[in-house]
Amino acid sequence: MLAYILRSLMQGLVVMLAVAFIAFTMFRFVGDPVVNMLGQEATLQDRAELTERLGLNDPVPLQFARFVADAAQGDFGVSWRQGRKVSSLIVERLPATVELAVLSAIFAFVVGIALGVYAAIRRDGWIANLVMSLSLIGVSLPTFLIGIGLIYIFAVELRWLPSFGRGDTVRIGWWTTGLLTVSGLKSLVLPVLTLGFLQLTLIMRLVRSEMLEVMRADFIRFARARGIPERKIEFRHALRNTMIPVITIAGLQLGGVIAFAIVTETVFQWPGLGALFVNAVQFVDVPVMSAYLMFVAFVFVLTSLMVDLIYVALDPRLRGSPAMAK
Amino acid sequence: MTTAVPPAKPPGRLARWWDSDIAFSFRSSPVTVMATLLALLLVLAAVAAPLIAPYDPFDPASLDLSDGFSKPMEPNEITGKVFWLGSDGQGRDIFSAILYGSRISLLVGAASVLFSLVIGVGLGLVAGYVGGRTEALIMRVADIQLSFPAILVALLVFGVARGLIPPALQERATLFVLVAAIGLSNWAQYARTVRGSTLVEKNKVYVDAARLIGLKAWPVMLKHVLPNVAGPVLVIATINLALAVIEEATLSFLGVGMPPTQPSLGTLIRFGQQYLFSGEWWILLFPSLVLVLLALSINLFGDWLRDALNPKLR
Repeated sequence: MLAYILRSLMQGLVVMLAVAFIAFTMFRFVGDPVVNMLGQEATLQDRAELTERLGLNDPVPLQFARFVADAAQGDFGVSWRQGRKVSSLIVERLPATVELAVLSAIFAFVVGIALGVYAAIRRDGWIANLVMSLSLIGVSLPTFLIGIGLIYIFAVELRWLPSFGRGDTVRIGWWTTGLLTVSGLKSLVLPVLTLGFLQLTLIMRLVRSEMLEVMRADFIRFARARGIPERKIEFRHALRNTMIPVITIAGLQLGGVIAFAIVTETVFQWPGLGALFVNAVQFVDVPVMSAYLMFVAFVFVLTSLMVDLIYVALDPRLRGSPAMAK
Repeated sequence: MTTAVPPAKPPGRLARWWDSDIAFSFRSSPVTVMATLLALLLVLAAVAAPLIAPYDPFDPASLDLSDGFSKPMEPNEITGKVFWLGSDGQGRDIFSAILYGSRISLLVGAASVLFSLVIGVGLGLVAGYVGGRTEALIMRVADIQLSFPAILVALLVFGVARGLIPPALQERATLFVLVAAIGLSNWAQYARTVRGSTLVEKNKVYVDAARLIGLKAWPVMLKHVLPNVAGPVLVIATINLALAVIEEATLSFLGVGMPPTQPSLGTLIRFGQQYLFSGEWWILLFPSLVLVLLALSINLFGDWLRDALNPKLR
């Protein structure tokens, strides 16, 4: 088991290094950092000084090593456009994105599993059929149109919920949260629904098909033969065995959550990392772009590591590898 | 049908096609027929936009501000002109803007699909045929690319291109940058599929025969292996066309796509969103509707094609 975890760790490290290389190449070769930081009017001497201070005269491998060392400590240089440290920009906007992403993941997971199990158990009921057809249409709808549609219904017509921003936030240390105020919670509803929707349909369809598969397996028939109540078979035996592929996909979908958070944050003017990144792309703010890239890669590596650990917890066969068996 | 009476003359090409398995499965699925007709209609309308469009949305001379905010199918309060789908704040005809917009959307979509197809199929063929280190490297890169969401890759490529292209050329280059950005974010799927089928085809006798008569690697790959791995590629390309159109719309909606001077459907939706609160619903609704119908109809056609070409389901 230790070897298994170590191997996942190593793979994650390799991915991080590869992404760091791409980020470094962008950082160093797209646009001229010196011109962008000093402006067009700077004297040649100022430029030469800054070039020396940033270490841009050193050999490229050395620069890359320094970039990785700085990045590991959370230092991504200074934003060309806003003139502030990229790390403080990210820290400032991180809570908004994390609250949005985590809540929509929970929403998608809970509702998706519930609907998927229902659709599998009541396979021929009209509600199950309706849910399945709706999910098909949902897959073809672009995220930003779902967001706009929700804004139209709940903010323009019904006037129940705000259409943009985070509402009032409460500051706890460096973290700002919208979870403790009424307007903050209200502001979360529409973005969470928008971001969670695609995930929800995917998880639901997956749970349904896996569950139908598992319900045909031999161990379910034997459980029935032993006279275990149907409810207990469905939830204790079948659902538990459908969870492994569901968790894999859900973990890998986190990339999708982050990507569509970019879109969702733009639709709802949500002050998170995705909106920061879109702005950086619009104005070619390369330090912010490469920092965001590193951040996303880090989240990826972290979640795939967590998915691996959850495997070990859920699947007894992975505990105690052959090497450790007595 | 009975075989007692043989047909007097062999049926024409069209008739034979009509009786083929694929045509039969097409005919017996009304949803597919509807979706295909709709997709064809939208594509034709987009291609023939300059002929159909009642106004030229790119000609500033023809725009009249007093035509602004006309409601659909109602005569304008000041000028009395009728715009089928209404007009926007500058008096631009929404119907014409949609025709030209879907033209750009489809152009970017098709070009980027072609771009990713060429890269992906090329790399997949090389990976499968050559094998060894080359294969390992190509497939590793494809893995990394696949694990990153397409929209993120496209945004990065777009940002990098913005940084490298001089500002004076940027507006004209946007279309090509978009094609490259969307194309580069979608090639890995082709590479994986083609590599898989190439590995199978490589060991068949016809490839050995082609090599025995002294053909070099490239002709064998392109003339002999490629036609035999093309089926799945066609399916991926169809479904990817819908994805590419949506991806382009998303980028344009985010403000990193087509500029306002050459609006695609996504740019139109971006504009329309500003009027969401003031009640001019038609500026937003119609472009969105066309985008969804376009994506949905291509998707349905692609789904059918996947099942029809899948020998396991026959």
